[in-house]
Amino acid sequence: MTTTESPVADNGVNVQALLDAREVLKGAPEAAQFKWRATSSWQHGVHSQIQVHNFFGLGEEQDHKVPHTFDADHPAVFAAEDNGITPIEYLLVGLASCLSAGVASVAQNRGIQLRSVESTVEGSHDIRGILGADSDVRNGFNDIHVKFKIDADATPQEIEALVAQSQKRSAVFDALTNPTDVTVEVV
Amino acid sequence: MSETFPAVVIGAGHAGLAASHFLTRHSIDHVVLERGEVANSWRRERWDSLRLLTPNWLSGLPDHPYAGPDPDGYMTAPEVAVHIGAFADRTQAPLRTGTEVTSLRRSDDGYAVSTPAGTLTGRAVVIASGACNRPTVPALAGALPPQVRQLTTFDYRSPDQLDEGGVLVVGASASGVQLAAELVRSGRRVVLSVGEHTRLPRTYRGRDVLWWMKASELWDERYDRLDDLDRARRLPSPQLVGTPERATLDLNALSDLGVSLVGRLAGVRDGTALFSGGLRNVFSLADLKQQRLLDGFDLFAAANGLEDLGPPERPEPTRMPERTRLQLDLTSGEVTTVLWATGYRPDYSWLDVPVVDAKGHLRHDGGVVDSPGLYALGLPVLRRRGSTFLHGIEDDAREVVDHLASALAGSRA
Repeated sequence: MTTTESPVADNGVNVQALLDAREVLKGAPEAAQFKWRATSSWQHGVHSQIQVHNFFGLGEEQDHKVPHTFDADHPAVFAAEDNGITPIEYLLVGLASCLSAGVASVAQNRGIQLRSVESTVEGSHDIRGILGADSDVRNGFNDIHVKFKIDADATPQEIEALVAQSQKRSAVFDALTNPTDVTVEVV
Repeated sequence: MSETFPAVVIGAGHAGLAASHFLTRHSIDHVVLERGEVANSWRRERWDSLRLLTPNWLSGLPDHPYAGPDPDGYMTAPEVAVHIGAFADRTQAPLRTGTEVTSLRRSDDGYAVSTPAGTLTGRAVVIASGACNRPTVPALAGALPPQVRQLTTFDYRSPDQLDEGGVLVVGASASGVQLAAELVRSGRRVVLSVGEHTRLPRTYRGRDVLWWMKASELWDERYDRLDDLDRARRLPSPQLVGTPERATLDLNALSDLGVSLVGRLAGVRDGTALFSGGLRNVFSLADLKQQRLLDGFDLFAAANGLEDLGPPERPEPTRMPERTRLQLDLTSGEVTTVLWATGYRPDYSWLDVPVVDAKGHLRHDGGVVDSPGLYALGLPVLRRRGSTFLHGIEDDAREVVDHLASALAGSRA
């Protein structure tokens, strides 16, 4: 007698570890407190270099495998040297990567095999705000539009549900859609 | 010397009276303590226009089915009080009304139950004091400017009670959508702040949506089979209203009435309410969930060869407002009242047994509380999905009282 089994989806996400962590941290809220950090060093003009290396979590200091360095600058149309992407583009980088990670994790948890996940993120920005040209215009994005193209072993409705669930559990989606208390000080 | 009973029931709502009904069947001597009168919260803690979400034929109690002329109607709160009162009479529950329990603690032979009239002992105790004793109001309520009057669904009775001006209703579960509709119909400007919610059509293919829930046995899903029991127990009530017209009251219906939809209230800064920009996503989540539920109903109908059903017409997706509003200046006079429809919580301040978790909920396994001889009834998804609704009490109370009876018999042996 033979049995046919549907192949197990493998998107490379260790969902079991995440589910285990969820159970453990339910009873240990203090271990769930993380601090993410970036250190920035001004270079020249509007060019800065940012390093991300360590963070705090699970009750102790942690390091990324290696330090990561990012350049931020403004493009030539802003009369700058374009040594890196603009700061507000980093928000799009964060949003796209966070939602994609969410899609992969949720798909893994739901046994859905992904073949490709492509997204395009576009933020509308009226730069009269940052230029001080019109005090009624805000500095940040007016809106952000994300388009996902997903090829997976799933119905269109299941794919919609993956994308919806990834927003529901996204740190960056939350950070962009809800206010956050921000303190900036000189030390 | 204090009185001793094999069992003491706290609360004479539908749950406590159902417990009494089954205790009597087991010939277990008991007493039902009630702070006010039978069905107290239905008499005093609900707004005027409230009706049950379940149709009358689904609002029966153990051996006490609905016997009135309108099985497809929905009871008003006073009618629910009469219905539960008649059940109390029928079961001849040994009631002590006007007897508030001020503390419950362990004693050598069970539990000491203190009331202003004295302390009595229960070898077993059933907590049936309700799931909705207090309104839940988020901490940011404290940041609202003094110009706006704040009300909860506990204080609200009818639109006449409000000051002139617009209303910000916070929360889009059954309470929130019902009150938003009532207020906009009274001629007020209404802004509804919407977080995650459960969308349901009142009827599908000609049948009440709760008929489908029961017929397809969705309500029979056991608590210990659910993927995420905590979430199921926390789930806000679905967007439903019981009206003679059996009308659907979803967010599209509210938009048609002129209610402005905004995202979840995420903060208040300098007197301005800030709403989440994630409104589209909570619409998608609710629309997708509703589709899956209706897909399941269709499969159930096909598998069971059900006829006489209407066509499977699906509700249109929730319409996104053309512009999402992210802010509302609460000092501008645009709204004069903020109505919190942000849920309810039980009150266990009188409970001196360490069985309440950090979130204020009772730790129990299907109504068997984490302390020998202590039981709970009348909480959401207590033993199955249907536990949340009035008629779900029958199976729950029977099973919990069976457990209680075996425990008493065991300890006596």
